[in-house]
Amino acid sequence: MTSAATTEGAAQPETFAFTAENLERAKTIIARYPQGRQQSAVMPLLDLAQRQSGNWLPRAAMDHVAEMLEMPRIRVYEVASFYTMYNKAPVAKYLVQICRTTPCWLCGCNDLARAVKDVTGAGVGETVGDFTVMEVECLGACVNAPMVQINDDYYEDLDYDRMVTLLEALKRGEMPAIGSQTGRRGSEAASGPTTMLKQRPKPAAPAVAGRGDGDKG
Amino acid sequence: MPKLTIDGIEIEVEPGTSVLQACERLGIEIPRFCFHDRLSVPANCRMCLVEMERSPKPIASCAMPAADGMVIHTDSEITRKARRGVMELLLINHPLDCPICDQGGECDLQDQAVAYGLDHSRFQENKRAVKEKYLGPLIKTFMTRCIHCTRCIRFSDEIAGVEELGATGRGEHMEIGTYIERAITSELSGNLIDVCPVGALTSKPYAFAARPWELKKTDTIDVMDAVGSNIRVDSRGGEVMRVLPRLHEDVNEEWISDKTRFACDGLRRQRLDRPYVRENGKLRPATWDEAFATIAERLGALKGDQIAAIAGDLADVEGLMALKDLMGQLGSPNLDCRQDGAQIGGGPRAGYLFNTGIAGIESADAILLVGTNPRWEAPIINARIRKRWLLGGQIGALKVGVIGPDIDLTYRTQHLGAGPRTLQSIATGKGDFADILGAADRPMLILGMGALARPDGAAVLDMARQVADSCGLVKEGWNGFNVLHTAAGRVGALDIGFLPGDGGRDVAGILEGAGSGAVKLVWLYGADEIDMTALGAPGGDGAFVVYQGHHGDRGAHRADVILPGAAYTEKNATYVNTEGRVQRARMAVFPPGEAREDWRILRAFSDRIGRRLPYDSLTQLRGRLVEANPVFAEIDRLSPAAWGTFGTEGKVANPGFASPVANFYMTDPISRASVTMAKCVQEIMGQTPAAAE
Repeated sequence: MTSAATTEGAAQPETFAFTAENLERAKTIIARYPQGRQQSAVMPLLDLAQRQSGNWLPRAAMDHVAEMLEMPRIRVYEVASFYTMYNKAPVAKYLVQICRTTPCWLCGCNDLARAVKDVTGAGVGETVGDFTVMEVECLGACVNAPMVQINDDYYEDLDYDRMVTLLEALKRGEMPAIGSQTGRRGSEAASGPTTMLKQRPKPAAPAVAGRGDGDKG
Repeated sequence: MPKLTIDGIEIEVEPGTSVLQACERLGIEIPRFCFHDRLSVPANCRMCLVEMERSPKPIASCAMPAADGMVIHTDSEITRKARRGVMELLLINHPLDCPICDQGGECDLQDQAVAYGLDHSRFQENKRAVKEKYLGPLIKTFMTRCIHCTRCIRFSDEIAGVEELGATGRGEHMEIGTYIERAITSELSGNLIDVCPVGALTSKPYAFAARPWELKKTDTIDVMDAVGSNIRVDSRGGEVMRVLPRLHEDVNEEWISDKTRFACDGLRRQRLDRPYVRENGKLRPATWDEAFATIAERLGALKGDQIAAIAGDLADVEGLMALKDLMGQLGSPNLDCRQDGAQIGGGPRAGYLFNTGIAGIESADAILLVGTNPRWEAPIINARIRKRWLLGGQIGALKVGVIGPDIDLTYRTQHLGAGPRTLQSIATGKGDFADILGAADRPMLILGMGALARPDGAAVLDMARQVADSCGLVKEGWNGFNVLHTAAGRVGALDIGFLPGDGGRDVAGILEGAGSGAVKLVWLYGADEIDMTALGAPGGDGAFVVYQGHHGDRGAHRADVILPGAAYTEKNATYVNTEGRVQRARMAVFPPGEAREDWRILRAFSDRIGRRLPYDSLTQLRGRLVEANPVFAEIDRLSPAAWGTFGTEGKVANPGFASPVANFYMTDPISRASVTMAKCVQEIMGQTPAAAE
């Protein structure tokens, strides 16, 4: 697995501190855990720090979290380096994670990588302009393969053309609809409903927007 | 108590015993990599798998508690097959570089691969390669060899108390390291080399120096601090190649400090290998005869009180006894072993010993540290205190109070104050900690040299004794009064009374006498830590200085005659550790050149001046030791010392206590001559060492 976001040697900021707003959030998170178990808050706090720092986790931020939770720094480094969702080096505005595990690969994820390269100029593991491209292991949306994750959102049922459209939209600064790009709901069969046709309720309002958990259904 | 059957033998074990330990009780060896007696049990290497009846698959014996009715097979086909499988997986990514690996010949993986390894690999892909890490000047890494047993991580977390090592990354990409390249800041880091079962962590100074089967192994005693760690000196030819720990449950368990382990390269540098005599202001090589003649000539007309002797920190008891007897023959009462001016000794033995014993720390429930930094003065004792502190929840929390510098000792402490005033208030029963000590079942007080080696040391000692009396530190079956020495030779010297005689001068008195001309000849027996300028310029009006020792350090530079002696690895000698434990060091290599064992030098010199000392052999000399103090009759045994009154009531000064060890890595002539220790000072402490004098 090559991953741009774990490349070492990036310029590290000297210091890090939570903004007042995030500090409040951090305190709320820490308060969720019982007394003496505050270290359990390490993962949400690292996530918070990553969001504050522009989608990557500087070393100073890890040290800050360690200090806040009174745990040895190395224990925070261990957590941060274990999970791929923490980016240990700066990434561009859009972090495109292409799933290349078997189902997505069978459904044509290589085409997606090609589309990304054609539109953004960035190959896997590279950063060009606003795009950092990574290949990742299964993201758990196999039913809607092939798919990519861009920052927090899933974009599913892609092919070369849809991927190009999606990236062009991002380039223009638009916010494309998340989830399936063919318009199917959740992970229902691609050919439309096949079972329980009689009991089927009227189409409800579109699925809750926000997180693109395409396979929630 | 669970009763189980192992290989057809029934055994009953304590509840909580693991299957692996039960097997060991029967003398059945179970292969293992991650399991270590003194560390927590992660059960991640899977090498210790054994077959258990009625279990669908083999069990990890290190983590499985023995239960009633278990039937274990340690040598069945299932067991062997499981272990072969584990070994094959371990070897997938382990390089086949035994011929160039320093662990070769003493490698757990190598040994166990002989028993369970296949003769070929079924793995076609490339082996994983991992970049080497920088862990400081002592530990060399070769992380491709790492099998991820995590012993090093657990050692640094649990024993050393520095959480700096970790496993970063995941799966195939997991790596052991510090993440941010840095030297490990522990005084016990060398033990990582011992706990590593493969060649991933090896000794940097010893890299590619020798193979284990070429080395002569000598069991002896360490002198770098007053703990008296049991060590094994590995030598080849006339050279000490490395120092390893030896198991002694009551002293150092199986750990040694980095100074003990790595300062041995100092034994090869700056050595005095022949006598020297100062002529026209310059030292020139001489024969033993010339050297003795020069001293004898100077000695001829001197009266007893014009002669003095000062013993150094590394002095062995045999040499001290011979020197004391020689001074007696010459009629001199001016002798002292307390270079640092510590106001101790003379009173009852309990007044200068670590009475609780090092193993006794484990049953203590409150400890008051006075004027000491055990982390630097005796890392092994500090590790024991940490061990006890970690036991906290199980047998009641340990409370540690500190009077002196407030430093990180790797366990939680309560800083009470900086100087004698705080101790005074505890002695009068004031303050929370006096109550804690009073209420404790097994209270301890550890008094460091930082509290005694000062003008008001005797008063501080008296105060500490008052604390012992008022807080109930001394009771039936328990003596919680402890003095933590920093010099390996100190307790032995105090035991034979190497102290000023009637009307005799102590170190300060001798230096003052040398300045005023009252003392004309000073015999320095390895004494390098005194203020040499006080002895006057060599060859001038100052005293005539005889330096008997093994390193060209401060004392040798001032000397008028140098008598080359033997270092601790080069003589059969007796040392008494801070607990009062009499231990024997053994000769691993011969002293270099014309250097000789120290007692022999003194015996030969006494003959030369016609005042022959009454012993011709080591056995006779040791008989003399027992005569001087019966404690020398019992080797490696602790006998409780009788309590008494000691210390002198007096006024104490205001300044806070400071540890006598300002630089852990360089405290004596050997470690000052060591290149490795100089590197440690530079890379770990971040200082530029002063050029060796």
